[in-house]
Amino acid sequence: MDFLNPVINGFAVVLEPTNLLYCLIGVVIGMLIGVLPGLGPAATIAILLPLTYNVEPVTAIIMLAGIFYGAQYGGTITSVLLRLPGEASSVVTVFDGYQMAKQGRAGTALGLASIGSFIGGTASIVGLTFLAPLVASFALDFGPPEYTALAMLGILLVATISSGSKAKALIAAALGLLLATVGRDIFTGESRFTFGSLPLADGIDFVPIAMGIFGLGEILYNLEERHRAAKAPSKVTNVWPSRRDLKQASGAIGRGSVLGFFLGILPGGGATIASVASYAMEKKRAKQPERFGKGAPEGVAGPETANNAAATSSFIPLLTLGIPANATMALMFGALLIQGVTPGPQLVEQNPELFWGVVNSMYIGNILLLIMSLPLVGIFVKILRVRAAILAPVTALITLLGAYTINNSMFDVTLVVVFGIVGYLMKKFGFEPGPLVLAFVLGELLESSMRRSLLVFGGDPLGFFGRPISATLLLVFVLVAVLPIIRGAISKRKSTAPTAVTPEIKEKV
Amino acid sequence: MSIIVGFVPTPAGEAALTAGIAEAKLRNEDLVIVNSAREGALVDKSVAPDNVLAQAASRAAEAGVTARVIQPPYLHDLADEFLDVAREADASLIVIGLRHRTQVGKFILGSHAQRILMQADRPVLAVKADGAGF
Repeated sequence: MDFLNPVINGFAVVLEPTNLLYCLIGVVIGMLIGVLPGLGPAATIAILLPLTYNVEPVTAIIMLAGIFYGAQYGGTITSVLLRLPGEASSVVTVFDGYQMAKQGRAGTALGLASIGSFIGGTASIVGLTFLAPLVASFALDFGPPEYTALAMLGILLVATISSGSKAKALIAAALGLLLATVGRDIFTGESRFTFGSLPLADGIDFVPIAMGIFGLGEILYNLEERHRAAKAPSKVTNVWPSRRDLKQASGAIGRGSVLGFFLGILPGGGATIASVASYAMEKKRAKQPERFGKGAPEGVAGPETANNAAATSSFIPLLTLGIPANATMALMFGALLIQGVTPGPQLVEQNPELFWGVVNSMYIGNILLLIMSLPLVGIFVKILRVRAAILAPVTALITLLGAYTINNSMFDVTLVVVFGIVGYLMKKFGFEPGPLVLAFVLGELLESSMRRSLLVFGGDPLGFFGRPISATLLLVFVLVAVLPIIRGAISKRKSTAPTAVTPEIKEKV
Repeated sequence: MSIIVGFVPTPAGEAALTAGIAEAKLRNEDLVIVNSAREGALVDKSVAPDNVLAQAASRAAEAGVTARVIQPPYLHDLADEFLDVAREADASLIVIGLRHRTQVGKFILGSHAQRILMQADRPVLAVKADGAGF
């Protein structure tokens, strides 16, 4: 019972009216921006960061988490109805979901996706409940050298696993690390890269960077996109899938839950990769693979389940190790830091209300989302009628207003604008903003733990290899860094073998 | 010369289409069915679904009228851009549907139909939906 006590106390935290309200707000916003193509969960969380300043840490994270997993539900709707994925993680749903909608089974597709999402999400929370304290207790022995290795590995994995060019992702990550060094040196007090500017002496805040690169950059980038012709609104009828459909999809839902859970834990993994992997697996397992792409219910249920499971389980590395697994988690990390909470192994022990409050709020959030996505789909589809010309200025205004309210400083607003332009240019030239923000967040941790451990080792970098955990992590780091080169050499040797063509997926954050 | 119909998937739009087909048969002219929506939104309820447009075209064909359907998106002002289409098609008659809008509604939201009526440089036939209460 010792283990279960804090879990049950967590429910008491969630059921406080304020937290319930913020959970509802979070999932409704998540659902809305999930429906809107272009604005993703990372952008929304970045824009809404200033909102979380005046609330309790647990309440803030409950809301932000709600946005994140709520968006996974909402993204399905446009994939199915308009062949336009609302989120990157719903790209594969388009293949079969839209075909089902064409056959007049849009309701069934959406119903299956919601039920799958609910099961995947809930299964993942149960997994999180049992696995997270285990990982955390293991990580309690981590010292600065281990954190150095872990942070380096995290940055490298996110940069290499991310979609798009690896070199560009690494450049973005390096830029993020560089930005993290701006300000006063933490050990000596020396000013670095401040160019004599007083506001820069405190270093660059995380919030303006996130708001600029994810928020403003995303808005600017979307404005540039040419709009496609409007479509007629589609009617969604009969969202309750038949027993036969459910039976057909149940295997896919089960496999998607497990696959999504494990892919979500991996750094650099997450909802997008999980949904793609699940689709590939369902297609491979199917007795008639040719049904896929022509409206197979498994092709909708599997990926939608997997992306929700992954969205939930990607909280594990953040809450237990303090290492964000993807860009959105980097924003959560930032939000926690703002609240004065450092995510890490001590979180479960020192802050059980926060930890279990957030975890358990996901049960409530998933139930709310199931209710919203089955009968209320029609209402959420209505938001698609809003023109970008109206939406973009309003969002930009909210972003800048929010940036100002944090410190009442125009310097922050300038920073947001500057990083907005940087983010826009990065997206335009194919650089993923995710690695930059992640490296920026981890940069501080990396620098302080590295220098601390070097002090301990007396300046001998080989000391990192003298400790088992950090040595293993560094070995994995080297492996991950070298593996593509080895693999490239091998594939060159047998270049006759056909290489698998993977669909190119543009990460919309 | 042709007859141009402003078509929306509403009773007024249907009435305009019916009148347009009848008029085209009478004058022995071609029919252009225009269904236009504003650019920028992803979903617009004035966009006719494909099956409705196909049905409209087949109704014209049944009446023995040569018809074509176009869906030009408009950017700023429906009335201006609709009249441009009419000019391009060298329309002898514009057929539009009307519905009642209150004074206040017209003041705040404006009325595309009214602007087409006032600004058109050629004859306009305005039709009301069957059985609409006025």
